[in-house]
Amino acid sequence: MTLPADLCLNEFNPYNGGTPVNTFTVYMQYIINGLTLGSIYALIALGYTMVYGILKFINFAHGDVLMVGAYIGLLTYQALLGDSTSASWMMLAFLIALVVSALLCALLGMFIERVAYKPLRNANRLAPLLSAIGVSFILSNGAAWVFGTQSRRFPYPFANNPISILGVTITPHQILIVIVAVVMMVALTFFVNRTRMGKAMRATSLDQGTSELMGINVNRVISLTFAIGSALAAVGGILASFDFRVYPSMGTMTGLKAFVAAVIGGIGNISGAMLGGVLLGILESVGAPLLHIPNAMKDTIAFAVLIIILLVKPDGILGKNEKEKV
Amino acid sequence: MLNFFQLIIIYAGIYALMAIGQNCITGYTGMLSLCHAGFFCIGSYVTAILCKTFGLSFWLTIPVAAIAAGFVGFLIGVPTLRLKGDYLCIATLGLGEIIRNIATNLNPVGYQAIPRASLFGYEFSARGKWQFIALVWVFVLVFYFLFQRLAHSRIGRALNAVREDEIAAQSNGINVTKYKIGSFTLGAAVGGVAGCFMAAYTATVNPGTFTFMVSVMVLCMVVLGGMGNGKGVILGAFIIQFISYFPQLFGLSSIIPAQAQQIIYGLILVVMMIWRPQGLLGRDKFRYGIEKRRLAIPHKGARKEGGRA
Repeated sequence: MTLPADLCLNEFNPYNGGTPVNTFTVYMQYIINGLTLGSIYALIALGYTMVYGILKFINFAHGDVLMVGAYIGLLTYQALLGDSTSASWMMLAFLIALVVSALLCALLGMFIERVAYKPLRNANRLAPLLSAIGVSFILSNGAAWVFGTQSRRFPYPFANNPISILGVTITPHQILIVIVAVVMMVALTFFVNRTRMGKAMRATSLDQGTSELMGINVNRVISLTFAIGSALAAVGGILASFDFRVYPSMGTMTGLKAFVAAVIGGIGNISGAMLGGVLLGILESVGAPLLHIPNAMKDTIAFAVLIIILLVKPDGILGKNEKEKV
Repeated sequence: MLNFFQLIIIYAGIYALMAIGQNCITGYTGMLSLCHAGFFCIGSYVTAILCKTFGLSFWLTIPVAAIAAGFVGFLIGVPTLRLKGDYLCIATLGLGEIIRNIATNLNPVGYQAIPRASLFGYEFSARGKWQFIALVWVFVLVFYFLFQRLAHSRIGRALNAVREDEIAAQSNGINVTKYKIGSFTLGAAVGGVAGCFMAAYTATVNPGTFTFMVSVMVLCMVVLGGMGNGKGVILGAFIIQFISYFPQLFGLSSIIPAQAQQIIYGLILVVMMIWRPQGLLGRDKFRYGIEKRRLAIPHKGARKEGGRA
């Protein structure tokens, strides 16, 4: 849970060596950093929102799946790379690590769903939530046991020389993060809106009973939802670990913030999660210097935003205006 | 060995107090709150600061800590308790972290050498374990009976109604928001009282002790013993404390890693939810109407239980 002081989120661009030119440039820099951070949040938020859309419960263990994904990615990358320093092989190894981690995490997500949530599908609302907290605890402490508590650096798969455009510094890893995130999101949008399985998914989230009557295998759809969500989380975890390093409790805070992002956009809404993620990233990156919030309190912004959103517009920005029956 | 058992009994007592508070929130009213460590923290800090800086007696700090924790609970509760269960869970989690953040910013090393509690000239030091056990468990029993009475009162029945079905409760004239906030405040206040004893026993407070893990541990106690069951919660506190001291008790701390107990907490939550969601002792059932009449005649044991409701 505790973030080491030097790993505080938002310390996103350590490469800005030059002195800032003017306020506009400084804030552009914050916005660019926020955009990068936000696209990671968006990827992770998708997992929350998809599961919530179908099962109506918060998958608390999602953040820890992200952590497992980062560890798998790191270990695969290091194993593949060995002593090689060839630039093209580094990039290829990174992409292979990304895919391996996504696949293994998809299996992990399906396994968690089968073991910890499926038996509770008809229980009261509290039961799957408690079970999810349990799974989260098992994963994060299991990782601490297996991998140790010290944090590890995820090496950049390329020379990370910053590029300066109009005084705003952009590093290649930021570009990589945004490209991977956008590709994943476009693929997901296509899958959900254009394929048969995506249609089944949308139907299931509208009405489980009726979808079952229409011949949709609801169990399979739910399994698939967990698989996709966890794969996205794994990718998000690897991207996040460039800046935050890899450690067993990395998933808790990042996961929570991604959840906040999902709520901002309207939980259960896929494009909402993307929007919310980017918004939260920018808010966090710009808000801290704007409001002069000390470093240790930066995490507070996300929760303050969460509470404000829930009070003002609980359905989120793009959420359907579903009347709550209370 | 005896020392360790005494330690377990003391900590079980302190955590039982916390668990009684959490039980009021989660067991009676059905709200999943994850910031009990925060209230615990507030209680400890109030005792530490008042005793050390202002030289107040320990006994006076108990009501102050209860009021402070309760007030924070109230402040947190007013905006968040209108949220549904799972949102509430996240919001309280965040708030627990914020409280710890503030405590760390206040004083990163915490407070040491807090004056001990004393009664008629007798000082409750860490050495007199039996005396401290008596002190803590008197409070546990007092709170146990208070909350037992509360659960069987009109208020307790209203809280249960809110837990079972908010809409039905509202249509029966129960002010859902009021009862939710009330129960949250009360639970928070008891968490604060538990914090006082922690500060009095260890004589140190340190923001590092009030992590999310503590909140989950307390939740585990409630789930394990039985949500809404006073006795169950105390039993849960004993079991969890025993689990966490098990490696030291049998000299296995070099073999069993520190993470093992947290993994066990996680397993407890998952396994209990799947196989015995009502907890080891089950829920205190209120029996009305037909069931009550039916029970009143044949079973002697059930009659006692039923008659109380």
